Amino acid sequence: MARFQVSRRVQGKPSVTRYSIVSLARNALSHHQNWSQAWRSPDPKPAYDVVIVGGGGHGLATAYYLARNHGIANVAVLEKGWLGGGNTGRNTTIVRSNYMLEPNAHLYEHALKLWEGLSQDLNYNVMFSQRGVINVAHSDGQLEAFMRRGNAMRLNGIDAVLLEREQVRQMVPLLDCSPSARFPVYGGLLQPRGGTARHDAVAWGYARGADSYGVDIIQNCEVTGVRREGGRVTGVETTRGAIAAGKVGVAVAGHTTQLCQMVGLEVPIESHVLQAFVSEPIKPILDTVITSGATHGYISQSDKGELVMGGDLDFYNSYAQRGSIYMVEHVAAGLLSLFPAFSRLRLMRTWGGVMDMSLDGSPIICKTPVGGFYVNGGWCYGGFKATPGSGWVFAHTIANDAPHPLNQHFTLERFSDGTTIDEKGAGPYAKAH
Amino acid sequence: MLEIPCPWCGSRAYTEFTYMGDATVDRPADGPEASDRDWFEFVYIRQNPKGPHEELWHHTNGCRAVFKVSRDTATHEITGSAKLHSDEGTAS
Repeated sequence: MARFQVSRRVQGKPSVTRYSIVSLARNALSHHQNWSQAWRSPDPKPAYDVVIVGGGGHGLATAYYLARNHGIANVAVLEKGWLGGGNTGRNTTIVRSNYMLEPNAHLYEHALKLWEGLSQDLNYNVMFSQRGVINVAHSDGQLEAFMRRGNAMRLNGIDAVLLEREQVRQMVPLLDCSPSARFPVYGGLLQPRGGTARHDAVAWGYARGADSYGVDIIQNCEVTGVRREGGRVTGVETTRGAIAAGKVGVAVAGHTTQLCQMVGLEVPIESHVLQAFVSEPIKPILDTVITSGATHGYISQSDKGELVMGGDLDFYNSYAQRGSIYMVEHVAAGLLSLFPAFSRLRLMRTWGGVMDMSLDGSPIICKTPVGGFYVNGGWCYGGFKATPGSGWVFAHTIANDAPHPLNQHFTLERFSDGTTIDEKGAGPYAKAH
Repeated sequence: MLEIPCPWCGSRAYTEFTYMGDATVDRPADGPEASDRDWFEFVYIRQNPKGPHEELWHHTNGCRAVFKVSRDTATHEITGSAKLHSDEGTAS
């Protein structure tokens, strides 16, 4: 039976057992029955300095960095369901920073640099695997577009390598690079430092880290209202009672609209369903992350051996966390045209998430006209890779009541003043991003 | 499979259609009366409800008409559809 055990005090704050070969050996001797809980489950206090709404990767990372970087630990993270049960538990685990537009490039690259030290910093194995991400090009025009993006990346100090067809074939032997391929391979854009990470572990690692600083993580606690006085927030109403706070930070992915509407804030967001699915587990067969510019699908292999796959949205507003089997078939058909060898694998599990689709495809991380109310949303389907960076800059924004240089452009105002950050160039259509 | 009740063609698989989003967004009238704010709200602001939603669907692979559908975004249940204009006839 697990029990909470204070075994190390760091700077006067209770801490859970530090994971190490020593603790592993010691606990093996007692049959692994004495590991301390990774985080507490306290009742909410009547008041905190900061309330973070949303117990996913972004919210938990924000709480962690508020404590670690800013010394603000009188913080509660409120999660309406179970920790990491939203989009953090539903993504396809890809981590990369291969963006073209400068604000995106710098923010995601900051996140990638944090990923590179994250397991050590959190003392929790997030299984970050820098196995490379290859965007496969299927035409001359696409290859030129990838050249342009690769050069933009390199000018921003981010690693990018242009691959010829033969180089792609050598890295990905099962990819159909033959002349008769349905979508012929012209080459690809590789980010060597990109890869995958264990999505659940990121939530758990940040939860454990935040908890070790004294942050209260409160699950099964849904925010139903936000209290205001004289244009400033004074707290939240929840299914577990009222909680006072001078600062409220919202990191709720697909429910950003609902939280913002609680303070009368209108936002340029549509919530859409994105599905993903995994095959049965098989022996190692795919060493990198592959995305296809023709089929809009992406595929990688988890450490458990499952092929993790995803592609397009279902293309209609949804909060249901499920979609039509048609899109699963459509994405699978595209990926099988690239990897014919996978056709006889069985589909093991499908699911969906609620994507916070902003109308320019880029996140919204900012103060708002409501004093003490901060928003971190609009991540569309690209939030997981940014988790450490998002938490870092959101913590800064909340602590200083001012944006960090890396999120200064991701404002709500950009939609009305003409400075949208449209990576795809798709215009004001949520489903097109 | 989401089935969309086209007022002209009947219930068809959603793959025959193109989703066009919120039907309650009103395009401002052309001319100087509409402010930049009016245009900004039309282009960017969405109510994005979790629940009943009035939305437009375009029957691109069928009769090509655009019409309104009432659908719940939390359950995907479709409760009805309607033509956009009362003087639209039916397909012959």
